Amino acid sequence: MSKSNFTRRGVLKTGAVGGAALALPQYLRADGHAGFTNAPGDSEVVLGFNVPQTGPYADEGADELRAYELAVEHLNGGGDGGMLNTFSSKVLDGTGILGREVKYVTGDTQTKSDAARASARSMIEKDGAIMITGGSSSGVAVAVQALCQEAGVIFMAGLTHSNDTTGKDRKANGFRHFFNSYMTGAALAPVLAANYGTDRKAYHLTADYNWGYTTEEAIVSSTEAMGWETVNSVKTPLTQTDFSSYIAPVLNSGADVLVLNHYGGNMVNSLTNAVQFGLRDAVANGKNFEIVVPLYSRLMARGAGANVKGIYGSTNWHWSLQDEGSQAFVRSFGTKYGFPPSQAAHTTYVQTLLYADAVTRAGSFAPCAVAEALKDYEFDGLGNGPTLYRGDDHQCFKDVLVVRGKENPESEFDLLEIVEVTPVDQVMYAPDHPQMGGADASLGECNNGA
Amino acid sequence: MDQIIVQILNGLDKGSAYALIALGLTLIFGTLGVVNFAHGALFMLGAFCAVILSKILNISREVLVEGETDFLGNPLMRDVPVVYDWFGEAAGAAIIDWNVPLAILFSIPIMIGVGFAMERGLIKHFYKRPHADQILVTFGLAIVLAEVIKYFFGANPIQTPAPAAFTGSLDFGVWLGFDPLTIMYPYWRLVYFFFSALIIAGVFAFLQFTTFGMVVRAGMADRETVQMLGIDIDKRFTFMFGLAAAVAGLAGVMYAPIVAPNYHMGMDFLVLSFVVVVVGGMGSLPGAVAAGFLLGILESFASMPVVVDILPGINQIIIYLVAIIILLTRPRGLMGRKGVMED
Amino acid sequence: MTDQTNPSVTTAAPSPRPRAASGGFLGLTKRDSTLMLIVFALVVLAPFILNPFPEGSAMAQFNAGYPDLMQRFVIFGIFAIGFNILFGLTGYLSFGHAAFLGVGSYAAIWSMKLVTLNVIPGILFAIVVAGLFSLVVGFVSLRRSGIYFSILTLAFAQMMFAMAYSVLTPITGGETGLQIKNTDTPLFGGPTDGSIGRANLFGAEMGNSYELALGNWLFTFNLGYYIAAVFMLIAFYLSIRVFRSPFGMMLRAVKSNQQRMNYTGLTPKRYTLWAFIISGMYAGLAGGLMVAMDTQVGPERMFWTASGEVVIMTILGGAGTLMGPILGAGFIKYMENIISKINKDILHEWFAFMPDGLEDVMVSLVYPFIGKGWHLTLGIMFMLVVIFLPGGLVEGGQRIAAKFRRNKTAGDN
Repeated sequence: MSKSNFTRRGVLKTGAVGGAALALPQYLRADGHAGFTNAPGDSEVVLGFNVPQTGPYADEGADELRAYELAVEHLNGGGDGGMLNTFSSKVLDGTGILGREVKYVTGDTQTKSDAARASARSMIEKDGAIMITGGSSSGVAVAVQALCQEAGVIFMAGLTHSNDTTGKDRKANGFRHFFNSYMTGAALAPVLAANYGTDRKAYHLTADYNWGYTTEEAIVSSTEAMGWETVNSVKTPLTQTDFSSYIAPVLNSGADVLVLNHYGGNMVNSLTNAVQFGLRDAVANGKNFEIVVPLYSRLMARGAGANVKGIYGSTNWHWSLQDEGSQAFVRSFGTKYGFPPSQAAHTTYVQTLLYADAVTRAGSFAPCAVAEALKDYEFDGLGNGPTLYRGDDHQCFKDVLVVRGKENPESEFDLLEIVEVTPVDQVMYAPDHPQMGGADASLGECNNGA
Repeated sequence: MDQIIVQILNGLDKGSAYALIALGLTLIFGTLGVVNFAHGALFMLGAFCAVILSKILNISREVLVEGETDFLGNPLMRDVPVVYDWFGEAAGAAIIDWNVPLAILFSIPIMIGVGFAMERGLIKHFYKRPHADQILVTFGLAIVLAEVIKYFFGANPIQTPAPAAFTGSLDFGVWLGFDPLTIMYPYWRLVYFFFSALIIAGVFAFLQFTTFGMVVRAGMADRETVQMLGIDIDKRFTFMFGLAAAVAGLAGVMYAPIVAPNYHMGMDFLVLSFVVVVVGGMGSLPGAVAAGFLLGILESFASMPVVVDILPGINQIIIYLVAIIILLTRPRGLMGRKGVMED
Repeated sequence: MTDQTNPSVTTAAPSPRPRAASGGFLGLTKRDSTLMLIVFALVVLAPFILNPFPEGSAMAQFNAGYPDLMQRFVIFGIFAIGFNILFGLTGYLSFGHAAFLGVGSYAAIWSMKLVTLNVIPGILFAIVVAGLFSLVVGFVSLRRSGIYFSILTLAFAQMMFAMAYSVLTPITGGETGLQIKNTDTPLFGGPTDGSIGRANLFGAEMGNSYELALGNWLFTFNLGYYIAAVFMLIAFYLSIRVFRSPFGMMLRAVKSNQQRMNYTGLTPKRYTLWAFIISGMYAGLAGGLMVAMDTQVGPERMFWTASGEVVIMTILGGAGTLMGPILGAGFIKYMENIISKINKDILHEWFAFMPDGLEDVMVSLVYPFIGKGWHLTLGIMFMLVVIFLPGGLVEGGQRIAAKFRRNKTAGDN
């Protein structure tokens, strides 16, 4: 009899498939020496792709899943290799990870932390997944990251933009490639000041949940540093669909800029409402009234249609980038699926590659070894230019894209144009920055599990 | 003052959406006694009538554009809607622009058909079944309808703009003697309000002034007696179901330009529509309409920054708070009939 | 909201017998004892029953015998059993029961963050807090009946959800919810080495499992599951006792004719309120156990869809029956956790034996119903069950049993 917190089913599964005749009754722990949760067998390794497949973010989840499948294909040596060819690290050679074929399981987070954790736990307990990745919401990312910390597996965050994921809720087993609210503020504010002037009065509408709060805080502090004034900030219920009651007071509030700290469906609806109420044509304080959307999602921007034209925001990555890595990724994704990838697809693809690379460099699947390999790791060729995985908070630091809704889109995918690539130095912050949980925030100890 | 007027307008607008949905629901729920959890799905289907029509109007043939390439470097194919070929480019563009008003016409027969099919095929067999069974079967149906839409149209919202002529805002304040640009209100929302008022009036007139309506009202009050008089009340109830579906569908199709439709918008409205109907009082059509407008206006006021500053979070709970207060002070909601769905 | 047309939803509830009926134990009749024993056996042997397929086989996808899902089965079973005491007996349809589960969860996690990581105080605290909340909500809501009652409970629950999500973020953690952190310092027995505390029972952690490999089969015996299972067996036993007690009789009387009860000088509201509080405490127990098994709470646990889910579980299984709610809960959680995880790759594996063309056809036929389409399958199943099995899954079981009995008697003749 053996005792464990999380099972190591992966071993038995692969062992059994390999035809190793097990005596009856056989007590598990063939891999007792490995000393970490779900140590893979010799032939294959299982990754867990946990994305929203139902609910409002199902389309983003579907795009993430496509990218994961592509990443697995490339890791196993299929397809054209995508970003493996442009990645600065060359240890991945298309033979899986450490010689083991990459298998994957999928699950549905439903964009609910309970469902996401249930799905992640089933991947760990039932399928023997050694790494969990995915998600399209910060609440889910924080919840699943905490679970992975407890279970002793690596969590590679998908689309999560809230400061908290690598701020006050950072974990030693969790890693984020995506940028965050602070970086958005730091990148966006100078562009806004350059285009709209430094004596603007801003009105914030903020989705009433965690991501909304951190984004509002970031934008307020960085625009105020530019000389802007914040007239008011109003919280809107997350479940709101018609924002007219919140938009209507804006015009007479003395503000001349509206900042919509909304994402996804909220953003589509509040932006549409704002345009309907004539805010874009209005003049306030002798200036043209302007609208800002801090975090753009191209998939969602499509839902807002022509309303996004000329509106500034930020994004983690865009398919129109001309660097070698981005082009390689767009080529393999586009060839396989027939349309360009979204930023969610990009970050999840990159996270999978980074994990595989870190395991290979570490020579071990043990979470602590992987974390050590990712710590302060510098790489290039994955679409965002030279990037640092900072060891203090497991956040990637890279250039941030400031984008604007395109006036004359050529296709249904061609909605955003890149206005500026904000250099990484400008969005850098100290690990104990007050917006990131201050001095109290700590990664804790890495956990290899049982 | 100007803010109060704007919020009243907002409230009327929201209220007319709530009232329309509640009106349809109360025809089925308050009078036929069927707990219809698929009513939100009917609203969603209505909104998707606009999306579907726009997809139909945009059916295109591909034309090769010389000298340009797409994102993968292949020759660029540009879509040219087939309506351009049929009606010429200008008229074709106008037809596509007027997609939503056309969809209103397009949706009426579709939604009546959906209502008939639902009643004949499914609900008919559940009149005598416990409410619990009705909940389960209609909830199942609502999920199926939503998932079918998701299968074809995806999960993201789909923009279905109003005709260009209605996209601007009306300077409402000028009429009332305010400075220009203080009270702006979008044209389409005004259209929505007036059109809703028209539909509500139409339904009331139909029930009040036609023989058919009279029989239906009699059937609602006492089904058995009406049946004993040799009147085929079942056929009329089927028709009522079709009418209710059409009202829900119209509420949805006109709502499409205000809030971009997605597959789960029906579920978002489901709970709200039940609250509105019950607050209005079971079995009362005027009650449902009144409750719709009341809750719409209160919700708008509760989201004013001044109010939220005093009572944080009030905008999130106002509808439910008002529902509790009304149901505790008036046992059967605003205008409920005694004995309907009370035990 | 009960029905006026068909007052006998409680098909499987036989009329109460004298309490001293012979043949059973613990004060149960012989028939109830048998039921209790069957449930006991099912629960204890669940790790075997739920893992019928060998590891690595194509069918292993359908295995449900891993700790998380087994825990969910019994926890949602408890939730539905409690809900059924209110709805199944009195006919009062609460549409806000998830709120009690939610407050129970918050209570339990705070107990673990502040007092001790031992699960027992947390669970007790969850039950008490949920009981208090249900006392208040029930007292107010029960002033109305039928649909008006349903909407009142819904309104309370939605208000609690909205507050937990936004204004009460300091207490509830907002959207992110609450987890145990390495900075938490419970009064008794927190970890001292800076690691994150784990829920335990006098030192034994909930995640502890014994694994038994028999041939290609792997069975997991999880401590957390068995603790939850003990609670479920107690909950089930108490629910039988309630069903068979004079109190249960009163509750049925509330359903069939309140007026007559009033005339006989009984106050229906007192009995209904007790039923409401008991079912609220069951929900609190479920919420506390959820935290004990997986130390995290999020507000969406209190959203109306969660309340709707327990209603659906109860009806799907068979409202007013003893076993129904458990079956309904198991069915829905199984669909949610198993069907949603099947993806296209797995389908290709299943149909790999077919010729290529046929394989693709089969995959594209099945694909809309699995993975991201699991909601569709769920909706279709709801409709099929209610159309063909009016009494829920329990009726399905009874029909099968009846068929066997008929065959048997036919064979005897």
